[in-house]
Amino acid sequence: MVPSKFAYHKPSTIKEAIELLTTHGDDSKILSGGHSLVPVLKLRLNDPEHIIDVSGIESMGGIRDNEKSITIGANSTHGEIAKNAALKEHAPMIALAASMIGDIQVRNFGTIGGSIAHADPAADWPAVLLAADANIVLTHAGGQREVDIDQFFKGLFMTAMGEEEIITAIRIPKTPFNKNSTYVKFPQPASRFALVGCAAAIANSDGYITEARVAFSGVSATPFRDSNVEKSLKGSVLNEDAIATATASVADDVSIMSDHFAAKKYRKHMAGVYARKALSALA
Amino acid sequence: MTYIGSSVKRVEDKRFITGQGRYTDDIVLPQMTYACMVRSPHAHAEIVNVDISHASQMDGVVKIFTGKDTDAAGIGGVPCGWQVDFKNGDTMKEPPHPLLVSDKARHAGDAIAMVIAETYAQAKDAAEMVIVEYNVLPAVTNSKIARADGAPQVHADVPNNLAFDWELGNPREEVDAAIAGAHHVTTLEFINQRVICNAIEPRSAIGHFDTAYDKYTLYTSTQNPHLIRLLMCAFVLGIPEHKVRVVGPDVGGGFGSKIFHYTEEALVIWGSNQIKRPIKWTAERSESFVTDAAGRDHITTAKMAFDKDGNILALSSDTFANMGAYLSTFAPAVPTYLHGTLLQGLYTTPLINVSVDAVFTNTTAVDAYRGAGRPEATYLLERLMDTAALEMGRDPAELRLQNFIAPFDGVEQEGYQTQVALQYDSGNYAPVLKRGLEMVGYEQFRADQKAAESTGKLLGIGFSTYVEACGIAPSAVVGALGARAGLFESAQVQVHPTGKVSVYSGSHSHGQGHETSFAQVVADKMGIPMEDVEIIHGDSDAVAFGMGTYGSRSLAVGGSAIVKSIEKVLEKGAKIAAHLLEASVDDLDYAEGKWTVRGTEKSVAFGDVSLTAYVPHNYPEGLEPGLDFSSFYDPANFTYPFGCHICIVEIDKESGVVKVKRFIAVDDVGNVINPMIVDGQIHGGLAQGIGQAFCEGAVYDESGQLVNGTYMDYVMPRADDLPSFEIDRTVTPCPHNPLGVKGAGEAGCIGATPAVVNAVMDALKGYGIHDVEMPVTSQKVWNIIHGG
Repeated sequence: MVPSKFAYHKPSTIKEAIELLTTHGDDSKILSGGHSLVPVLKLRLNDPEHIIDVSGIESMGGIRDNEKSITIGANSTHGEIAKNAALKEHAPMIALAASMIGDIQVRNFGTIGGSIAHADPAADWPAVLLAADANIVLTHAGGQREVDIDQFFKGLFMTAMGEEEIITAIRIPKTPFNKNSTYVKFPQPASRFALVGCAAAIANSDGYITEARVAFSGVSATPFRDSNVEKSLKGSVLNEDAIATATASVADDVSIMSDHFAAKKYRKHMAGVYARKALSALA
Repeated sequence: MTYIGSSVKRVEDKRFITGQGRYTDDIVLPQMTYACMVRSPHAHAEIVNVDISHASQMDGVVKIFTGKDTDAAGIGGVPCGWQVDFKNGDTMKEPPHPLLVSDKARHAGDAIAMVIAETYAQAKDAAEMVIVEYNVLPAVTNSKIARADGAPQVHADVPNNLAFDWELGNPREEVDAAIAGAHHVTTLEFINQRVICNAIEPRSAIGHFDTAYDKYTLYTSTQNPHLIRLLMCAFVLGIPEHKVRVVGPDVGGGFGSKIFHYTEEALVIWGSNQIKRPIKWTAERSESFVTDAAGRDHITTAKMAFDKDGNILALSSDTFANMGAYLSTFAPAVPTYLHGTLLQGLYTTPLINVSVDAVFTNTTAVDAYRGAGRPEATYLLERLMDTAALEMGRDPAELRLQNFIAPFDGVEQEGYQTQVALQYDSGNYAPVLKRGLEMVGYEQFRADQKAAESTGKLLGIGFSTYVEACGIAPSAVVGALGARAGLFESAQVQVHPTGKVSVYSGSHSHGQGHETSFAQVVADKMGIPMEDVEIIHGDSDAVAFGMGTYGSRSLAVGGSAIVKSIEKVLEKGAKIAAHLLEASVDDLDYAEGKWTVRGTEKSVAFGDVSLTAYVPHNYPEGLEPGLDFSSFYDPANFTYPFGCHICIVEIDKESGVVKVKRFIAVDDVGNVINPMIVDGQIHGGLAQGIGQAFCEGAVYDESGQLVNGTYMDYVMPRADDLPSFEIDRTVTPCPHNPLGVKGAGEAGCIGATPAVVNAVMDALKGYGIHDVEMPVTSQKVWNIIHGG
């Protein structure tokens, strides 16, 4: 489990990191907590010549509680996120999902930026960030841009990031649906990644659902929001009947992954089971 | 002093939990080089060409050896240590297991070249640049399919991949006739799937040839240093045994997989003489998955016949046992003499016939894994028992009680002669089951089970009662059964002048806590503090000879050898004491570290006697100085622990998720030296046994690739998969060893697996199925419930 030889860079500013990324382009990889990249390097599934370690960049760390949103620095560890009071209050599913990633050691090293850049469809973050209507802050030589999470995940290990961009922050809007949100996971028994991860965020007005965001990790090669479920819920009262109706056709419109833990039929069934679990928890 | 029977904390744990354990990979020698193996990515492929020209020129590369080099050196490969003959008397097929293959790769992971460099990273980089041209062949991984005509041939000269066939017990015609005429026959076809041993410390070996002394040292992560030396010297490399030292330093688990002599051990030793520098090889975890001998992998059809009252009339079983691509050191013994011989179980079955086909496939070798054959035998019997009970509408506990062998202590009553060669030493089976029923609250459970029906949950209870065989012996018997080694143990008890004691044991701990349990025995028997006792093991230069640690043999066999040496020490010590006390030996009592003249206050301390032995100024005439004795102990028989495991599961109907709610284990391992260590062994064994039922299992694709060869995909049982175990013991001492101990290392793993599957089957009894294939995943259970 020894990676191929690489040059190691540890920039202390985002600017410096971008310069390195621009210089080395394809031959480089960004390292933050190392919990997605290092296994790939050790198995020699990838052998970049340059590793740019952004973990020392202070401005990429910390969780800031702003007026309308919470900004999570990309270097924030899952452990930091799990314990963050503002997130627990304004977007409980974010803190909850963070607490369910890996084990204590993984949570204390792995970062949210690293995880979503890797874009493993079975990771926990995609479902909750989709449900949270997050924005991904990408920084490049010319400045920064924000990508709506709905446009971010493009496929298996694929994102909307440009080759010379770095994820520097994730913005979670303070919305009524985020305040009333949860995440449940049916873990793959070996890796404890999600065979099915379901995040649900529901806003109500006078007892009726005004906005529903229900998203899944693990089910399809691209994490997705299930618009059928969301549409069905909108305008109804979140009770057992509404949940049963809404979840009857979970994941109907996506191509479902299959492996020896969960073939398509079972995985689709479990997506429904976990959607019901998530929604029932909010009812 | 009473150390025996008390839960003394493990003395070795201080170094283990403070990171000071010294494992093979921690050892760094001057001028050391590092090896990386080039391994076949294909399960079955002819090797057309191996091009090392570019790799040889890379930074840091010292030397690259290929199969051509080992062929040219005339090295035949690693031998098998156990011979089993065909039913017709022919010798088993034992194709060579080369250190490096030059003709074809027979499993994914077969080594083709050894790249040696100044650093491991350089060796690994160069290994990637060794260009091997393959002609990929169709592969076979399933032992039943491998037996069919037209299946890929793993070895050209082994027709239909049959290494040997074998049978034991009563004539098959008699057994079949009894089955044909029986009131009820329960038939099961099932797979006892391949599991990967997964010791936490990957295998590692350092070969060092010392040019000054013409002497080799092999450091290796092994359960079995002396046997490795014997096999490597006498059968692989043809180097003199007295010129080889084998050291097994601290070993981080083995579960059987480190009993065997592996190709890498011989390679680093041979290579170190070629390059005159030490070579270290340490497996990466990915290599461990494809090169450590695996366990189980049986495909079985078994029948159990009953009369109308539920008495067992006969048992037959037919098994395809997967050997993998080569015969590993003890592989032939596992499905035969460690499996077929256990099919009497705890039952009075009058007719038994067991038949086994041992089959080569394009997979990593299979050999002993915690329990080695006995878990497979227990699984077979206990799945049959619960299934039979269900089919006959009988209670599974009662059906067992009815068929149990009556108690026998091996002293007043003779041992029990089975239909399958063994004679059990002592057993009293009903109490373990009755105690288990009491602990589980059986009647209450059946009421809860009914009540749960309305809740969307299914409750199930599963039983498993077992007899196993530990401390495999005596040597003459195992020799007759095909072992190419003796199975005794040695021990030297060396008393120092100051009365401190060094004990050299041929057993070799790979986590069992020998340094504690053995010291407890020595301290108690000698009446001295434990702190005055040091247990030394794992070094062939320190320990005269040894047979290693496996088959739960260390205390029963190794501990008995220690006791024999202590007896010799005390006998001689008494002579010295008698001289000092001017008394007769017959008038002395030995207790609490001193000899006392009976009925007087006159005594002499152990330390004074030991000092006199080494400073023999005032000394018995004609007695040799010194106080130092060795013994070899060859047991009269195996030991036969037994027990009862009961599992309760809860199944969520909507998801198929199975939860182990309770697990009760009542084991009888004979006398217990350290209850905490025994509890720990039972707990660990249960976790592995339950792990096989729910989690583990090698998955191969059609090309012969191991699909789940990382911990991302291979499921190991974890603490949160398991309940808090409820355990208890009965004590039926072993009648034929001085400690009365039977062995506890494997019991948990032997009993647990069928209890779990039986519990799942009990929960699913309304669904008209006879078996569920392990590992019992939630998907499989859901498919059963929902007719998938």
